Amino acid sequence: MSPNIGVIVFPGSNCEKDTIEALTDLGASPRLLWHADRDMGNVDAVIIPGGFAHGDYLRPGAIARFSPAMEAITNFAENGGPVLGICNGFQVLTEAGLLPGALQKNAGLKFLCQEVELRVENTNSVLTSQALEGQTLRIPINHFEGNYTCSDETLHELQIGHRIILKYSENPNGSVADIAGICNDNRNVVGLMPHPERACHTLLGSTDGRVLLKSFMEGAHAKV
Amino acid sequence: MTELVHRSLGLTDEELAKIIEILGREPNHLELAMYSVMWSEHCSYKSSRIHLKRFPTEADHVLVGPGENAGVIDVGDGIAIALRIESHNHPSYIEPYQGAATGVGGIIRDIFTMGARPIAIMDPLRFGPLDDARSRWIAEGVVSGISGYGNSVGVPNVGGEIVFDQTYIGNPLVNVLCVGIMPKERLVLGQASGVGNLAVLLGSTTGRDGIGGVSVLASAGFGDEEEDAEKRPSVQVGDPFEEKRLIEGCLELLDEGLVIGIQDLGGAGLACAASETASRGGVGMDFNISAVPQRESGMQPFEIMTSESQERMLAIVTPENLEQVFSICRKWEIKSSVVGKVTSSGALRIIEDFGGEVLGEVPASSLHEDAPLYQRPISKPDDMDEATADQATKLPKPEKIEDDLFDLLISPSWVTSQYDSQLFLNTVIGPGGDAAVLRLKHPTTGIDTGRGLALTTDGNHRWCAVNPRVGAAMTVAESVLNLACVGATPQALVNCLNFGNPENPVVMWQLSEAVDGMAEACHAFQLPVIGGNVSLYNESQGTNIDPTPVVGVIGLIDELTAVPPGLSWNEGDRIILLGPEANGLCGSAWAFQKGHRRGSLEMMDFDLHQRVCELTRDLVAKSLVTGLHDVSSGGLGVCAAEMAIHSGIGCTLARIPDHISFFSESPSRVLVAVNSEVIPEVEELVTQYDVPHARIGLAHGDTFTVKNLLSVSVPDLQKKWNSRLVDALDGGTAQG
Repeated sequence: MSPNIGVIVFPGSNCEKDTIEALTDLGASPRLLWHADRDMGNVDAVIIPGGFAHGDYLRPGAIARFSPAMEAITNFAENGGPVLGICNGFQVLTEAGLLPGALQKNAGLKFLCQEVELRVENTNSVLTSQALEGQTLRIPINHFEGNYTCSDETLHELQIGHRIILKYSENPNGSVADIAGICNDNRNVVGLMPHPERACHTLLGSTDGRVLLKSFMEGAHAKV
Repeated sequence: MTELVHRSLGLTDEELAKIIEILGREPNHLELAMYSVMWSEHCSYKSSRIHLKRFPTEADHVLVGPGENAGVIDVGDGIAIALRIESHNHPSYIEPYQGAATGVGGIIRDIFTMGARPIAIMDPLRFGPLDDARSRWIAEGVVSGISGYGNSVGVPNVGGEIVFDQTYIGNPLVNVLCVGIMPKERLVLGQASGVGNLAVLLGSTTGRDGIGGVSVLASAGFGDEEEDAEKRPSVQVGDPFEEKRLIEGCLELLDEGLVIGIQDLGGAGLACAASETASRGGVGMDFNISAVPQRESGMQPFEIMTSESQERMLAIVTPENLEQVFSICRKWEIKSSVVGKVTSSGALRIIEDFGGEVLGEVPASSLHEDAPLYQRPISKPDDMDEATADQATKLPKPEKIEDDLFDLLISPSWVTSQYDSQLFLNTVIGPGGDAAVLRLKHPTTGIDTGRGLALTTDGNHRWCAVNPRVGAAMTVAESVLNLACVGATPQALVNCLNFGNPENPVVMWQLSEAVDGMAEACHAFQLPVIGGNVSLYNESQGTNIDPTPVVGVIGLIDELTAVPPGLSWNEGDRIILLGPEANGLCGSAWAFQKGHRRGSLEMMDFDLHQRVCELTRDLVAKSLVTGLHDVSSGGLGVCAAEMAIHSGIGCTLARIPDHISFFSESPSRVLVAVNSEVIPEVEELVTQYDVPHARIGLAHGDTFTVKNLLSVSVPDLQKKWNSRLVDALDGGTAQG
């Protein structure tokens, strides 16, 4: 059976339909969820998509974390439910405290939309389970605030816990330790700045995003 | 009293007399303010309208032509495409970030006003030279504004142009094109109908920003720096998050069938939206000024009616649907208030509370349709004969041709990497190709039609400075060829006519000539003009910009099953030049680089051009070329160098005897790279289409060599190409 994946829409989100399209093409049954609803219904996994939730006002994710849906997502995550934050979704997850650290402005102080090369650092996560360690993936980034930062202590925890799951081969934005994606302690909550949904179709230049979304669907399936 | 007021609002004495004639009395201040914005050059096209009538505008697939918020064409499969181009030149000079940002916001509203979801933006940009500090500051601000607003509002930016030239030093050009997609049946027009229906104002509050934007700013040139700085309050401030919610809210209202007509608020604000919707519907409107949510207290009625505060829409709804409209607006956190009622009188009455005092009353159609039309004096430049005789081929031969080539290489990626070019998963070819290519998916079902949309914007002030008529025709021709290079057939054109002061007869001659050249080319290529924008008064301290008509052309690709060949070639490919022999250097980027800005251009051969385009499309459709690139700005030299740069593979070229054939920009030429195995097939097609061609070289190695002319390493070319904008703009851009 195909997993039910909920994609949360905040006012200002803009990658929700792209995420749905990519998941549908891979055989999932995704549906949109509204940020103001506390009840997520019967979903096997949740994605917070890219965009500018609440206009990124104050700070990316700073307002979105107070949306009613975030309470539901936090409970879902605590019960082991797979949660994925892509780009703005990653920012929301760090603001909500579901993932450590923060995303600050790119080192070059400019928005960057470009394809980057990622290296899979660890395959024990709900996003990378089907990938191979050391595998490289070409996936686009599209952000102004993608420069991952955290305390030395947190970085140490991420490192010894093997929670850095994706790194940039060539750091585009100044992220500490070239971090492109991390997971939580239980490995069911993941966040990454690159957009896997933009790399799932041959006409779009890369299909390397599929292995990540397929892994996530597998994680959702396991939940079922 | 009014005599002084009308002049300060930008109305002439004759225009005031006409208003008095329409009203049968002296207008009051509010009425005068509304006429001044609606009859401004920017809103009424009073200097250009008689010329614009010469464009062909009709074809079977055209659903909406010029005059509406956007042109619309039928592209089959039940899908309609809306297209519009606009300028935001003047605000961007005064306040680059907000000027450019609100330009993006405005054009997006024009598109979803028609019922279409905006799916792509393109930005043709023109600035003063890179060694001028203020021009760098403007360029940096404009690009940040487009990036900041466009990325956040969620519409991908898939291409455009960036040009730096002395002619724009006191007046940059910031044009923006937007494309939208809709199910054909959702097409709506900006009109009011049904007496008793309500006008609902949606979106942002109304403030004092942008008052007189169209009249004070857009319809006058620049001069004194201090005076220009004082115009800053006439520039609006944008809020992309408000706009994003407006897009989603309005499209939901349209999907639910809850609005009769809808109109965006742009130039001339509420005065424009209220009078245009009423006038188009042949009705009147009572407009309750007290119901308009205001950003600040103490606003005068004329300020409320002419404010250009951004992110507002006016929807016409029936009283029965009002509650549902409010409910959708609440969901998207959009403010909504009933501000008007449709009446049968034909008058736009500005009132204080429904049933309250009447502050002003004018025939709605007189604001919209009765602006004077001017047949402004036209005259050729005095020095025309002398200028024509001054041929660029007489310029001294370059001592080091490679240095001249290096100076013409410029990568746009410093600009384009700041734009989200990929949202909606449509972008097959983004910025940097000959044309952008998007997948065509049904807007409701999301089903891929297997076909593609192609888009290009083109302008060339150099050609048009030398000969506006030929230059404008060549501009259209270049667009059509750009589309052919990605395998697309052109469907419709929109134009943005950027010219100087229309009160100068030479400027009007340039405009008239450019319209004729563009019209001739559109007729020849059977390309309907479905909309346009005229930006006049692009002048600074009495100097007019070079005439710069910019076109946006949309095309269709019948089968988009693979990524069309790009600008790259493979090792061992044969390089073939399709098209006629090079001819002359006037108007070329090389000549301008040498300070030579005049001469002559011969009218192009439209038939031959059409054959070259058809051949090119066929070669692409049959997958017979590895890579291809049209010869345009910078000539064959820049064209070939760009292909070497993109592929990282050099070439050896022959049959380019001198700098003239290397830098000439004569039209209808395409450089194609072909695997040697398919050469017979390619040559057979070339013969079939009766197109002149020449095998001029081989792609190989890592050196770019033109026999007897130059030899440089490809990494050197790449370095020059990549570093130009980075070096100029990344080092900080303090205002000079």
